[in-house]
Amino acid sequence: MEKLTNRSVQVNRSPMTIGERAYLPSILKGLGITLGHIVKKKATVSYPEQKRPFSPVFRGLHILNRDEEGKERCTACGLCALACPAEAITMEAAERKAGEENLYREEKYAAKYEINMLRCIFCGNCEEACPKDAVYLTETVMPANYNRQSFIYKKEDLLIPNPKQQG
Amino acid sequence: MSEPTPKFKVTVDNITIEVAPGTTILNAARMIGGDVTPPAMCYYSKLPESGGKCRTCLVEVSKGSEKDPRPMPKLVPSCRTTVMDGMEVKNITSEKVVDARKGIVEMLLINHPLDCPVCDQAGECDLQNLSYEHGTEKTRYEFPRRTFEREDLGPHIQLHMNRCILCYRCVFTADQLTAKREHGVLERGDHAEISTLLSKSLDNEFIGNIIDVCPVGALTDKTFRFKNRVWFTKPVDAHCSCTKCSGKARLWMRGEEVYRVTARKNEWGEVEEWICNECRFEKKSAKDWTIEGPAKIKRSSVIAQGHYENTKKTPVLIDKVIGKEPKFLLNIHDVSDVNRPEIELSKIDGPAHSNDFKTGK
Repeated sequence: MEKLTNRSVQVNRSPMTIGERAYLPSILKGLGITLGHIVKKKATVSYPEQKRPFSPVFRGLHILNRDEEGKERCTACGLCALACPAEAITMEAAERKAGEENLYREEKYAAKYEINMLRCIFCGNCEEACPKDAVYLTETVMPANYNRQSFIYKKEDLLIPNPKQQG
Repeated sequence: MSEPTPKFKVTVDNITIEVAPGTTILNAARMIGGDVTPPAMCYYSKLPESGGKCRTCLVEVSKGSEKDPRPMPKLVPSCRTTVMDGMEVKNITSEKVVDARKGIVEMLLINHPLDCPVCDQAGECDLQNLSYEHGTEKTRYEFPRRTFEREDLGPHIQLHMNRCILCYRCVFTADQLTAKREHGVLERGDHAEISTLLSKSLDNEFIGNIIDVCPVGALTDKTFRFKNRVWFTKPVDAHCSCTKCSGKARLWMRGEEVYRVTARKNEWGEVEEWICNECRFEKKSAKDWTIEGPAKIKRSSVIAQGHYENTKKTPVLIDKVIGKEPKFLLNIHDVSDVNRPEIELSKIDGPAHSNDFKTGK
């Protein structure tokens, strides 16, 4: 067969020489590599004290944004769900009633909004598709968990705290 | 008629076709089909007298006829201009037309709000398609847009006058289809608006068709209001035995739920057969209908996403391969708040509110 690259090496299957059968030279060579790593730079960081720098375009956990007055920006237009290649986002819309104007920005809002984090691939298409600046991907890494149920993120998990109520 | 009727030869964008005299340029172009057809916002072939208002179908006539080959001095509305023998029409091949259409889209959008994320028509809106294809990204209009309060036309129809482009289609529908018309255009010029005088409720068996006729989201179905986005529902052709209308309709379903019923539309977005209010607003259960199969949807439409025709279910072989039933580690419906069986959105009359979601979890 024709070689695809010039990096392939023929495996040497000839019987071992006496020097190789003695093992010691090979063991010493291996120990040399191990000892060499003591003086080399560490590949890991001590995580909680020390954090790796993130790329400015890192895409982590989603949030649902509010406007300056603390109203929810999302109008359940469905464009994030449409853009999502993994079909992770689902929602149900409702109409704003009289007296709810301080909660929702537009006459329509997302009564239910869910992201299935088991499906999400963090591509950021939802952020890009959102016409209302409502969904953003933060720099937080998604936390791990022991059960699958906790990966269904509901609206309460995604909404940022209301700046008005916090004072 | 014994003698054969003479046929007129017209050329639209270098494609020649023979049509009967009295045909409009727009209909001749529609016979050719494809890209050469001018878009139309107000003309509706099912409604006589419609057309000539929106000016989106303007075309250039580069040769008047065989006898008088002079070009027409101005762009002409193709929905109102009849063909002449030997006429040569330029639509997308004319720079003048493309430029004029851009201006017209800008004019139509002057008072049109940018509320597509809220509007139920988004995804099947003629104005959205038109501005996407022919419009510019920005508006140069700096003045406040005219605004109206939303209005109820009867119990099932919602009028958003903000979004209206005054195509008069609904007025013609009410005039011609129904025995007596109860809504029309009030005021003049910039103040013109569609309304029912003295907020009279429109009770007529076929008045629901004004929803289908509306090219924008000015008239929308209240029973579907905010229930779902158009492109997440599956269009299915179905019929029922109705004494008032043909019973042939299109259901917009999600699972087993019928979210919306509309009339079937042809490739030009025009209703094939009018349907009555009972079929449209009251038969919101799959049991009321005999389903024929998925509706034909243009590939270019957003509704075609996830829409498949002539599908066959492939057999699941995983249990045969591993020798036992696979164990589900998570049933999404146990956790998810969306699509709860006790909240049937399609059965709620009008849009859902916060209290509709209080039941259950």
